[in-house]
Amino acid sequence: MPPSALPDGDPAPASGELPASALDGLGSSDLGVYVHVPFCSVRCGYCDFNTYTLGELGGPEASIGLDTYADAALLELDLAQQVLGSGAPAASTVFVGGGTPTMLRPRDLGRVVDGIRSRLGLAPGAEVTTEANPDSVTAAGLAELAAGGFTRVSLGMQSAVPHVLRTLERTHDPANVTRAVRSARAVGLQVSVDLIYGTPGESLEDWRRSLDAAVAMEPDHVSAYALVVEAGTKLAARVRRGLVAMPDDDDEADKYELADEVLGAAGFQWYEVSNWARSEAARCRHNVAYWSGANWWGLGPGAHSHVGGVRWWNVKHPAAYAARLAAGVSPAQARETLSGEQRYDERVLLGSRLVEGLPVAELRGPAAASVAGLIADGLVAGGPAVREGRVVLTRRGRLLADTVVHRLLAS
Amino acid sequence: MARTALAPHATPPELIRNFCIIAHIDHGKSTLADRMLQLTGVVDARAMRAQYLDRMDIERERGITIKSQAVRMPWAVPDAAGVPVTHCLNMIDTPGHVDFTYEVSRSLAACEGAVLLVDAAQGIEAQTLANLYLAMENELTVIPVLNKIDLPAAQPEKYAEELAGLIGCEPEDCLQVSGKTGAGVEPLLDRIVATLPPPVGDPDAPARAMIFDSVYDTYRGVVTYVRVVDGNLNPRERIVMMSTRATHELLEIGVISPEPTPSQGLGVGEVGYLITGVKDVRQSRVGDTVTNAGKPASASLGGYRDPKPMVFSGLYPIDGSDYPALREALDKLKLNDAALVYEPETSAALGFGFRCGFLGLLHLEIVRERLEREFGLDLISTQPNVVYDVTMDDGKQVHVTNPSEFPDGKVAAVSEPVVRATVLAPTEFVGAIMELCQQKRGALRGMDYLSQERVEMRYTLPLAEIVFDFFDQLKSRTRGYASLDYEPDGEQVADLVKVEILLQGETVDAFSAIVHKDKAYAYGVLMATKLKDLIPRQQFEVPIQAAIGSRIIARENIRAIRKDVLAKCYGGDISRKRKLLEKQKEGKKRMKMVGRVEVPQEAFIAALSSDGGDKAKK
Repeated sequence: MPPSALPDGDPAPASGELPASALDGLGSSDLGVYVHVPFCSVRCGYCDFNTYTLGELGGPEASIGLDTYADAALLELDLAQQVLGSGAPAASTVFVGGGTPTMLRPRDLGRVVDGIRSRLGLAPGAEVTTEANPDSVTAAGLAELAAGGFTRVSLGMQSAVPHVLRTLERTHDPANVTRAVRSARAVGLQVSVDLIYGTPGESLEDWRRSLDAAVAMEPDHVSAYALVVEAGTKLAARVRRGLVAMPDDDDEADKYELADEVLGAAGFQWYEVSNWARSEAARCRHNVAYWSGANWWGLGPGAHSHVGGVRWWNVKHPAAYAARLAAGVSPAQARETLSGEQRYDERVLLGSRLVEGLPVAELRGPAAASVAGLIADGLVAGGPAVREGRVVLTRRGRLLADTVVHRLLAS
Repeated sequence: MARTALAPHATPPELIRNFCIIAHIDHGKSTLADRMLQLTGVVDARAMRAQYLDRMDIERERGITIKSQAVRMPWAVPDAAGVPVTHCLNMIDTPGHVDFTYEVSRSLAACEGAVLLVDAAQGIEAQTLANLYLAMENELTVIPVLNKIDLPAAQPEKYAEELAGLIGCEPEDCLQVSGKTGAGVEPLLDRIVATLPPPVGDPDAPARAMIFDSVYDTYRGVVTYVRVVDGNLNPRERIVMMSTRATHELLEIGVISPEPTPSQGLGVGEVGYLITGVKDVRQSRVGDTVTNAGKPASASLGGYRDPKPMVFSGLYPIDGSDYPALREALDKLKLNDAALVYEPETSAALGFGFRCGFLGLLHLEIVRERLEREFGLDLISTQPNVVYDVTMDDGKQVHVTNPSEFPDGKVAAVSEPVVRATVLAPTEFVGAIMELCQQKRGALRGMDYLSQERVEMRYTLPLAEIVFDFFDQLKSRTRGYASLDYEPDGEQVADLVKVEILLQGETVDAFSAIVHKDKAYAYGVLMATKLKDLIPRQQFEVPIQAAIGSRIIARENIRAIRKDVLAKCYGGDISRKRKLLEKQKEGKKRMKMVGRVEVPQEAFIAALSSDGGDKAKK
């Protein structure tokens, strides 16, 4: 789910080649694969991800579409195999996101997973997730996905309240989510549901209804995200014109606290700022890898990758992406090589989001000293966590994670 | 008609005419002066630069004259027998703004006559009227002139009546000119020769010349403009400044026509410049008398006054490392500005800066703009304030130039400067002006109808009110028609208090203000509301209080921030998020700490600027 605006960076080589220093530690860290499927049947008003409707891409005549996407992805996998070389471990996680991955036929999604298995390898017990739109999955399709190697499905539920879904321009029927969860479980897939809070017009009661509905489906995992009005979206334009109210931070804070209470009471524990799981085994290992600074290859238009302190991102437009690969050129648009200080900043920024927290030992001198102040302010947990040498955010600290990171890095 | 110029030092006083032009900004003084320079042949049309006499860029852009100069022009008129006789006209330019009243008075004192120049479409303005009264007090012969008669909106007959009523002449005596087309300018030059009295002085007495301007020039040092009253001044002789007794050698003496031209000296009634090599205008002060060191005059010409700063403001560099550059820039400006005073000051909120004293608001604005433009500095200036004299219960006197220095103990009395203000406006606005002056603690001194449509109102007003927002309010309540002039008129005791603004219990010195007791509440509420909107929410609740001593008069709360985390931070978000973090780290450096509260520099700027409140509301 890369945001549609790409950062500025340095030029990336046409060969996709990585500096030797980035490949050095490849074997000692997990490798993930992210697959970006940039198609949607309609674009939701709040979404700023890199997605396109088929009409926008030029219909059946387009150089890339539902039928040809997997072929392009396989070409990039050839490149990944070549760039990472023999030192790369087999992929331990795969995450297919979008867009709407389930617009592709389950067979094509399976071809991509097969491609990963044959070129990079899939570690035993690998976690293989796809995002799914409750309206575009069927019981048969889910069974086919499970047979094709998928182990996990993440359903875009967003809300159980019709007027909230309408404001978000989500077209699915809330009843379909329940059906999809049931079907997925029946074929042995782990299930996660995604929720959004803070939608204009959503009351605290509306939000409680959505949480209760999610809990009632008994998923393994719940993600709950505060709605962000991203520049350039239809929603941003509607806010600007005064048609809907800007989400309010205090309201979102109330809703976050409610989510943590309701989910906690139902047996879910937070393991990252916006993620709760029924057990440690139910956590999304692929996402945990992002926050732990592991390596991953991002396949597909606009996808981001990270290997050994080098981050790069592909060109956004699917046609440009396909054309590059067809010409034997890396689809990377630009990249950045992180300095030691930047890697440290990222470590603090990402690691502090996790329930395991940041090892105090990893903090540079003055930052470690500021931990006492953060505990006193109720942002960082005292007690066992800190005795074990970990900086773990309190609930209040999770809501103010930016402040915590600033204070750790400013000191 | 134009003629070959008479040689300086050898011009008989009876052929000299010294005059100035009294006019409001925009009434066309500079354009008229340009036309005179052309007609007298001093500047040819090709070399003519619009508004030749206004030297500084800022002056040209604002269309106002800050520093006066004097130009010598030849003009011939036929004598009784019809033979052309060349005269020497000295045109002394006068500053046009209220802050420079003293400079105006010295320019007037160097003249025998004045051209009263009024826009034929607008009529006389308050400042012009004030300067006209000053000229009449100095017994100058006044020639009334209506300018811009080429404009379709011109109403020369109407305003001729007004001028006639003011100076006691007939409406037909008003000349009609157009500086733009040149129409009527020749008859005006003829009228100057015909009606202005020539200067009178004793050529054999010890030299006495009055300094009416003093300008610093990077290459030549200070150029001093003088009008010789008695005796004469000659190259290479030693001169004495009578107020300071300082002696200097005259390195150069000459006249401006229109560029500086050295001469054999200056005689009775002549106007010209002196160069002595001094580098600071303070050594050559406007109003002082110059005499000969070898044969000094026993008495000065009188009328000298030290410039007295009336308005103070703290100037702080936005980037603290610019402090030495600001000091250097002020040191340079001071060379050319005898009225500018400053001393280092430290503000807990704004860091290191200078408390600067100015003649008035325009002076402040000009200095600030020059510092920013000519020296490339980014500055914050605190709300301008006047000077207060505080008497304590124990009889101790405290002179307060910065509100934060206002004493805390038992105050017996506070006195503040007041001004005598003149407002000219169309009669329909009398009610609005009275209401405003009432609100601003004004006392009506008198009121006269200049004509059926226009009224002159005279008030005593606290200078602090003028400095605050009086002029803006006056303009907005009279749709821009009213004009204002004021001059210092002593002090008055008033019920004044210091209002402090506290953030989480810490006083923010930059926001302290001395206000009338009845307005303390309004000021406190205004500042608290402004700051509430300007200061970002912090991790803890921040009370903003306005207080008089220990008494809280207004309070607002900035609620604690509860959420700042970005909910989603996956693979594609990381670079973007890290870059944002790096940017925010940079931004932190521009934060000022007040206790534990982080206040962005922008909040200080917005809160201190007079329109900050409106911006905050939007």
